[in-house]
Amino acid sequence: MKLSQLRGIRIFISLLFFLSISLLFLDFYNLVPSYTINYVLYLQFIPSLFKFINIISISAAGFLFILLSTFLFGRVYCSTVCPLGILQDFISRLSKIINKKKQYLKIKDYNWIKYSFLAFTVISLIMGSVVFITLLDPFSNFGRIFSNLFNPILILINNFTAVTLEKFNIYLLYPVELKNFSIITIIITLLIFLLIFFLSFNKGRLFCNTVCPVGTFLGLVSIFSLYKIFIDEEKCNSCNLCTKVCKSGCIDKINKEIDFSRCVACYNCFNVCPTGGMIYKNSLLTSLNEDKFDSKRRELISKTFIYFIGLTGISFAQAKIIPKKENNIPVIKKYNSSPPGSKNIEHFTNTCTGCHLCVSSCPTQVLQPSLFEYGILGILQPYMDYKTAFCNFECTICTEVCPSGAILPLSLENKKLTQIGKVKFIKENCIVEIENTECGACSEHCPTKAVKMIPYKNLHLPEVKEEYCIGCGACEFACPTKPYKSIYVEGNPIHLTAKKLPVEKLEEKIDYKEEFPF
Amino acid sequence: MNRRNFIKKSIQTGFAAGAVYSIGNYSNLFASQLISDTPDLVAIKGGPPNVMFDKAIQYLGGMKSFVKKGESVVIKPNIGWDVSPEGGANTNPVLINIIIKHCFEAGAKDVYVFDHTCDNWNRCYTNSGIERATKDAGGKIVPGNSENYYHEVELKRAKNLTNAKIHELILNSDVFINVPVLKEHGSAGLTICMKNLMGAVWDRRFWHRNNLHQCIADFPSFRKPDLNIVDAYYVMKRNGPRGTSRNDLVEMKSQIISKDIVAADSAAAKLFGINPDTISYINMADELNVGTKNLNKLSIKRIIM
Repeated sequence: MKLSQLRGIRIFISLLFFLSISLLFLDFYNLVPSYTINYVLYLQFIPSLFKFINIISISAAGFLFILLSTFLFGRVYCSTVCPLGILQDFISRLSKIINKKKQYLKIKDYNWIKYSFLAFTVISLIMGSVVFITLLDPFSNFGRIFSNLFNPILILINNFTAVTLEKFNIYLLYPVELKNFSIITIIITLLIFLLIFFLSFNKGRLFCNTVCPVGTFLGLVSIFSLYKIFIDEEKCNSCNLCTKVCKSGCIDKINKEIDFSRCVACYNCFNVCPTGGMIYKNSLLTSLNEDKFDSKRRELISKTFIYFIGLTGISFAQAKIIPKKENNIPVIKKYNSSPPGSKNIEHFTNTCTGCHLCVSSCPTQVLQPSLFEYGILGILQPYMDYKTAFCNFECTICTEVCPSGAILPLSLENKKLTQIGKVKFIKENCIVEIENTECGACSEHCPTKAVKMIPYKNLHLPEVKEEYCIGCGACEFACPTKPYKSIYVEGNPIHLTAKKLPVEKLEEKIDYKEEFPF
Repeated sequence: MNRRNFIKKSIQTGFAAGAVYSIGNYSNLFASQLISDTPDLVAIKGGPPNVMFDKAIQYLGGMKSFVKKGESVVIKPNIGWDVSPEGGANTNPVLINIIIKHCFEAGAKDVYVFDHTCDNWNRCYTNSGIERATKDAGGKIVPGNSENYYHEVELKRAKNLTNAKIHELILNSDVFINVPVLKEHGSAGLTICMKNLMGAVWDRRFWHRNNLHQCIADFPSFRKPDLNIVDAYYVMKRNGPRGTSRNDLVEMKSQIISKDIVAADSAAAKLFGINPDTISYINMADELNVGTKNLNKLSIKRIIM
């Protein structure tokens, strides 16, 4: 195989990853079967690493393959698997289409910036917070850009088309309701997207070599890569074409050196080199001859490695849930519920990277990005928002799609007994009590009959039995009282198991030959 | 079709429907020599839902007494819950399928099926089996999930539900067929024909806030279904309207069909084992002259298979 073929292969694979992952986040018709998601996202570094820490299983070992590939050939991940990297390539391509003469230049290494971001991320992780991962992880950022920015746009287009078709009595498409429009989430996502757009439009992969902690980490690994890209000084005629196509700006034309830790393995340079002066070479043989690494870098590398090795051993601890303190609101929740399968709020807030795949997959849209519902450090992590919707009794999609193991798989049978919160009834707010009319919206929606209507002053009043409640929030959602709900779900910080409603056989004999009672 | 003229349209539809009825009665004479006088209500039991419907509709002159050539039909089943057909929480898909087939045989141009579901609508449509049943019969399943489909109307005869956003298919279709399933209900007592129409409006919470029973009685004062078909095959006797398991059901294998929505509710209540006088919305609807709850005034055809 010729080295110049590598670029084509890289582009082909990257499109496969990019399109399939994009589809997951734009699938508002829920057409993609959720079991395929685990395969598509298997190689995503941070989600896989987090899931592995939680379930220690080969089914979550994708990140090991990434480490291996990096040890062998450098940051192949960044140009083929990482959807945010590929998105940046699209943006760079756009800038090239607009300005045909655009060329890349050598860029400074900005080591202090990238290592600071990596250090902050690792230190905050050790201290038990994923907030830096949430904000910096490329996969999660990609997910948020697609589910919070592109998905709504696509939905608007869909809705416009559906409404137009509907005028001709064609109901092939249907409008999809955007039930909650969290403006803060959109602003945060938009700011990050604009930063990425600006950097990649002007400077190629600068984001990957300054902000992205995964890029920086894999860059450290790639210092030890077995095969690296070198400039063959004998063949090089100093035409400088390689520098002009290098998205990372990591080729030093004067010294004829490549900073391989910043190389994202796009292989553009192989294609343009007229003399075949770019080579993929076994670095062990090379570095025996000449050691190009200074001792300072070695030290930094080893320290960072210690952090990461430490990380895997450290149990994720420390509660950081700040209870809501809004005493002027009659419905005061101490905890909001975390999704079923997340075991407890602590596990969830310590593992979720805020990619919002569950948010865009949830058929009822009950999962919404949080602002302060889990405290400031839990920002953007999804919570069960019963004002918007309620959890479908027969559904386990979020437990199937979560790539980081924040929401672990649950069988439908177990999900139906997993108590993520408990029902609370405020009789003084209830229609039956205030208006003296029937209502029963809560009990109607309750799938476990933890809320049951019992006779009360010629009417029927809800009676709640917490032990049967799973905290799906159907009652809270359905409750029509204003301004405050009369029934709500108090989140369980640690998920429990609900009791099953005892089954009694109905004693009723039907005689099909009997006359009608009228 | 200009949606702004929906009231005009519904009046027209009313006339058209009226005309249909009268023509229907005459055509019976030719259709079947066995039936001399069309009953007000047909009750049948003992067979599968489709067989019962095939038989029962004949006594009302067949579907052609209700659906004329080239007309559009909307069928409103109960698809409220993400529950399989055996759960009895939704209308039996077998029944929906056969009704659509009858509509097409009568010459219907289009047959639409929708419900404003309580659970996620996509899952309800699929798991109730009604989406499949509709498509198999050639009908069109229409989403009811978007406020966009619902248009504000004034309900002149209503006491509490004086304004509501109602699904455009109910407003625009020539023929409106209501196909509820008979179930126990925590606060309404029973959910049958009138209660089923809650799924034709956008804002259900308004009904709960403004005397649920009165609102249930108010809706048909605006637009009465042209035909009501009560599915009482699997009947949920407790833990309604969603049910918790099949243990909540009794296999009654029955069906009640009538043009009179109040009479159909009244008969279904009796079938269930509850005195209809104890259900407020039946009394209220009777007072509003939406129909009659007094079954003694009606001619009833009873069939035991």
